[in-house]
Amino acid sequence: MNTGDSLQKKNNLTGWAFISLAVIGIVAFYFYPMLQALLLSFKSGVGANLEFTGLDNYKRLFIDTTFRTAVSNTFLYLIIQVPVMIILGLFISVLLNDSTLRFRSFFRTAIFLPCVTSLVAYSVVFKYLFSSDGMVNQFLMNLHVIAEPIQWITDPFWAKITIIIAVTWRWTGYNMIFYLSSLQNIDQSIYEAARIDGANAFTQFFKITVPLLKPIILFTSITSTIGTLQIFDEIMNITKGGPGNATMSISQYIYNLSFKYSPDFGYAATVSYSIVLMIIVLSIIQFKVAGERNG
Amino acid sequence: MAKAKAKRIFTYVFLSIVAFVSIFPFFWMLVSSTNASVDVTKGRLLPGSVFLDNFNKLLDSTNLVQALGNSAIVSVISTILALLIGSLAGYGFEVYRTKSRDIVFNILLLSMMIPFAALMVPLYRMFATISGFAPFIGINTMAAVILPTITTAFLIFFFRQNTKMFPKEMLEAGRIDGLSEIGIFLKIYMPTMKTTYAAAAIITFMSSWNNYLWPLVVLQTPDQQTIPLLISNLGSSYSPDYGVIMTAIVIATLPTAIVFFIMQKHFVAGMVGSVK
Repeated sequence: MNTGDSLQKKNNLTGWAFISLAVIGIVAFYFYPMLQALLLSFKSGVGANLEFTGLDNYKRLFIDTTFRTAVSNTFLYLIIQVPVMIILGLFISVLLNDSTLRFRSFFRTAIFLPCVTSLVAYSVVFKYLFSSDGMVNQFLMNLHVIAEPIQWITDPFWAKITIIIAVTWRWTGYNMIFYLSSLQNIDQSIYEAARIDGANAFTQFFKITVPLLKPIILFTSITSTIGTLQIFDEIMNITKGGPGNATMSISQYIYNLSFKYSPDFGYAATVSYSIVLMIIVLSIIQFKVAGERNG
Repeated sequence: MAKAKAKRIFTYVFLSIVAFVSIFPFFWMLVSSTNASVDVTKGRLLPGSVFLDNFNKLLDSTNLVQALGNSAIVSVISTILALLIGSLAGYGFEVYRTKSRDIVFNILLLSMMIPFAALMVPLYRMFATISGFAPFIGINTMAAVILPTITTAFLIFFFRQNTKMFPKEMLEAGRIDGLSEIGIFLKIYMPTMKTTYAAAAIITFMSSWNNYLWPLVVLQTPDQQTIPLLISNLGSSYSPDYGVIMTAIVIATLPTAIVFFIMQKHFVAGMVGSVK
């Protein structure tokens, strides 16, 4: 009895020992800085000279037009980006899931390839592909789709489109891999039964594939949302936030506030909490939507 | 029948277009690295013969070798430490499972929702403070780049999920043989879980090799910069030499592309395993 208890105690201590490094690391580099950011958000000043200013930063947030632009840009990326990426990824994976398809592994590898590039490297490549005398314009002009070059990078509207195209290129294959592997776990007899019942491809997709893939669609939509809300590398390397602030994202605004303009760490922390809040709210909404459809 | 055939044709045409769009930037980047800047602007799509010239210009105008070395140091050390910490924790949470540790686990998972943008400023201030008494781990050091990246809830979660498949009888066998608990982990668990470690290593190495924002914040001198910083600087220069820049991008992409092609199966298994 007694030895059993002490063994339990020993095991319990061993358990804590195994996880201790991870707990220390996450507390030190995630939770402690989060708390620091919260305290910082009530302070203002230049560089290291910060003093407590209460809710001033939060008041500033509501009248800050650059912040408003950054938020609306980020949401524009989100609203177009996430659905396009998910639908395209799903569509491609359903086509690729056909075992009679030839060159399957070639198509799969090719479409997944963009995911191995670094965000910085592909951004620089896209910046040149979409420059006014770049390959994309030359290609479109040769096909007579357009008469004169589109100002992809320097026009406020087209610059946003360029960012969206770039991000779609980079991440669609990433989502596709998740769908593809879940599709392979679906029992083919379900589709056969549906075909016998006279269901066409369209009905099969919406009545069988989508419902069965729902957990993975939820997972990819949440990770894509979190990723898009933090978008930085592409903006920094394709447009630098310009023209004007036309492509500025929230992360880039935080970076500028901290390290580019005269550094205001307090206000930067306040802006960064807006992303935390958005991620929480959007994740809850996505869980709710998925949960309700689950019935 | 005709309808099925039309569907077939559509599938091939559609997938070919998507594959072309996916591959073209790689093709263009490779071809451009062998062409002079003027030819790149003209839209030349045939391989040229000036790759070595571009490469030499790159060596002369940048700290390429040093940046590659810095990236290698950061990525290798980060990967080793991250795998060690992540696997110890994943193993600990699964093998010594208790209610209180489950609560701790769920709290750690919450850190996955925290955006890096929210951590950037406090982390920078933390390392600036550390610089005062321990300059070797403060601002502008490799240690400062590495430290915040080595504990990730993702890896803890990943190892815990995979530990569920680890045969528990092997634990008992180890205990009967008189191995200590850490001995079981090192001598039985680690060798058994080789493929899990391989998948985790690829994902961690890639994200570390490609990390941009935190090194951009914390590294301040050219001799400390990593490959993504070097490319970003080249890309934003006023008179870009396109051939040279593409050469740099090819060299920077090569390590991760090679890792991907050799270990494609593990990589995909790792990504998918992470959500099962």
